[in-house]
Amino acid sequence: MSTSKSQFRTPLSRARGLGASHHGVGHFISERVSGLALVPLFIWGAFAGIRLAGSDFDTVAAWVAIPINAVLLSLLFIALLVHLKNAIQVVIEDYVEAFAPKAALVIGNLFVCMLAGAAGIVSILKIAFTGAL
Amino acid sequence: MTETSRGLPERPLSPHLQVWRWHITMACSILHRASLFALYVGVLLLAGWALALASGPDHYACYTDVLGSPLGKLVLFGITVAVFYNVAYIVRQSFWDLGKGFDPKTANLTGVVVIAFAVAAAVVTWIIALATGAI
Repeated sequence: MSTSKSQFRTPLSRARGLGASHHGVGHFISERVSGLALVPLFIWGAFAGIRLAGSDFDTVAAWVAIPINAVLLSLLFIALLVHLKNAIQVVIEDYVEAFAPKAALVIGNLFVCMLAGAAGIVSILKIAFTGAL
Repeated sequence: MTETSRGLPERPLSPHLQVWRWHITMACSILHRASLFALYVGVLLLAGWALALASGPDHYACYTDVLGSPLGKLVLFGITVAVFYNVAYIVRQSFWDLGKGFDPKTANLTGVVVIAFAVAAAVVTWIIALATGAI
């Protein structure tokens, strides 16, 4: 059994061990590591949410302009979007079989995540660098 | 995936929902996927919040009015539950990655704990927010 299959794999390919999809367990690991980063960020985010929910514009803008808050908010965007991009992609790949709709949804998911991340981080940096208007 | 034409051994089928007994670990898994979609809505709302804040007081007031409406609060509460569900679920998964917690008794128990933590932490968060006058 192994003779007919292994003939088509070069020794280099076997040594890399990345399998048929060419990226090995990178997807799985990035999901787990982004998940670990999200645990403290989520807990910080809950406290931030409680603090900011009833505040007016000036208070919130001043809070975002504090460097540590701007940094943690940006990291929350990055970790959350890496996590969600991977997670939602797996759901799409699980349930959508046909190639074209699957590819469209996977690419659309990536674009939405990139757009949300760019919008969120640029907005935060703008407030961080220029302060409240 | 039962193709055997290439001489591969027949693989076991994934359990179908119709013939699979409903139990807590399965509910946790399904809830985890559902919570990811809630987080997806959440991160889009968070990006919108940042955009509104960067667009000035008028846009920000408009945005927070929408989020502060009864429907907005309901959505935000759901997202709070999803956030805490993920916090607990990630911890549970990390123990799985270490090879721990797979025996049925432990897996059932941690499943109940994850769901209970999510609901309790979300309720406590909103009670604190109410008590401090944030809402």
